[in-house]
Amino acid sequence: MRGPRLVVNLVLLAVALLFVAPLLWLVTASFDARGGLAAKVPGDFTLGNFGQILNWQVGGRPLVNGLFISAGTAIIAVIVAVLAAYPLSRYQLRFRRPFLYTILFTTGLPVTAIMVPVYGLFVRLELVDSLWGTTVFLAATALPMAIWMCKNFMDGIPVSLEEAAWVDGASSMQALRSIVLPLMAPGVAVVGIFTFISAWGNFFVPFVLLLDPDKMPASVGIFSFFGQNGLVAYGQLAAYSILYTTPVLALYLLVSRWLGGGFSMAGAVKA
Amino acid sequence: MRRAPRFGVWLPPLAPSIVLLGLFVAGPIMWCFYAAFTNSALSGIAARRPKFVGLDNFTTAFTSSDVASSLWLTVVFVLLSAVLGQNGLGILLAVFLQHRGKLLRGVVGTVVVAAWVLPEVVAAFAIYAFLNAGGTLNEVLGWFGLGQNWLYTAPMLAVVLANVWRGTAFSMLVYQAALSEVPSDLVEAAEVDGAGPVGRFWHVVLPVIRRTVVTNLMLITLQTLGVFGLIYVLTAGGPDNRTRTLPLLMYEQAFKFGQIGYGTAIALVLLVLGAVFSLVYIRSLRAEV
Repeated sequence: MRGPRLVVNLVLLAVALLFVAPLLWLVTASFDARGGLAAKVPGDFTLGNFGQILNWQVGGRPLVNGLFISAGTAIIAVIVAVLAAYPLSRYQLRFRRPFLYTILFTTGLPVTAIMVPVYGLFVRLELVDSLWGTTVFLAATALPMAIWMCKNFMDGIPVSLEEAAWVDGASSMQALRSIVLPLMAPGVAVVGIFTFISAWGNFFVPFVLLLDPDKMPASVGIFSFFGQNGLVAYGQLAAYSILYTTPVLALYLLVSRWLGGGFSMAGAVKA
Repeated sequence: MRRAPRFGVWLPPLAPSIVLLGLFVAGPIMWCFYAAFTNSALSGIAARRPKFVGLDNFTTAFTSSDVASSLWLTVVFVLLSAVLGQNGLGILLAVFLQHRGKLLRGVVGTVVVAAWVLPEVVAAFAIYAFLNAGGTLNEVLGWFGLGQNWLYTAPMLAVVLANVWRGTAFSMLVYQAALSEVPSDLVEAAEVDGAGPVGRFWHVVLPVIRRTVVTNLMLITLQTLGVFGLIYVLTAGGPDNRTRTLPLLMYEQAFKFGQIGYGTAIALVLLVLGAVFSLVYIRSLRAEV
């Protein structure tokens, strides 16, 4: 069995090498004063690329806009999803199954496919170029996955704890707030972070629904930068990419440490 | 679980999500079916008073070589990058990593997942630089005299590779979770009966994880059907429209040329294509049981 084992290890190493190769450029070029498109050890090491990006117009405002949109999306989605998950998890409703199947099916719907009618809707509602409109729309598209995950987390909390609260005269919403929510806080955090990460990376939705360059989040801001300067200032493009990726990377590491790797996505698929 | 309480107790907490999903998800899908039959546009008379034009948009769509070629490109993109690439490589990695040392598992896992965690646009930049004429790949291939601008000479291959690179981690994670739940006595029994590693995988493991395979295929197919940013950054649908999949064609017609009705008809084609793929997957599950 020595031979096959060696072959498998070599295949795995080759795959790892192929997967890491495109990433190298991002790191090397960002620290190189004369970075090109190929990954190489910076000949002229500098932090200047980051400095040039970090002004309000180029990097600052898009990152702040992105933070506003993504945090808003996460907060709205989490509140609405927790509220919806409660009756779905606790009561025997007649439409519970069809509703849950619809939710599960909608999690797979490619949002790209509905962007044209959504744009039409936004024109009617005069929401085009509105940060709030974009945020609420992103929250709505994040809801199916958020409701599904929240319901699964809530199912894991025994009902007997709430029953004691009802005996003491608490309403269901009071029980949700003071008993269920504290117990599922880690789950809520996971849903929030997951929603934040997908909103932070979403390019097509703000690209279509926002017009004013001053309102664009980092996903579109970095693309405009690529269009305007990307063909000359590769070092700055790489530096911008790293700045834009860091929050997502940090949040991902946080969640995966928490859940012991694999992210909750794999669990969501199995369920 | 409790019996259903009064209307006033269960409806209010569900109401916000019903309103949001109804307005922003169900509404637009319904509107697709309506607008695809009108001549609505971004500007001009048709913008204010869209007229019913029957099947005109679909006649245009299916007789125009644009939609036919985009549909074909989309199917090729999905089959190569999702079904074959992400799914195949994902399952291969999961199987290969199953009984490896902690170090190898950690290194390969981290590297593959890293490409997945990157935001879509950044992933596209990384691949853009990697495959460009002056990029890392050519730097290496140049030693063998094989360098070329891959984004120009083989654009479809480039976007397929980009999507495989970016999406394989998801399938790998799904299959790792599934493999860890395959009963080991089943596999060992097959080993005692003299089945080789390939036979064990094909006849024992695969039937057990069949449901996961179908679910994963469905999810990554729908995900890949909607890919826009990755292709838009890499090739913008070019050169010569050779990577203009349905989402890019839809964007071009609806937002660049202002043909909302026509764009919606293309969106509907995309939704129907997703439904067809899903039906095939669901049926394959039923047929085998």
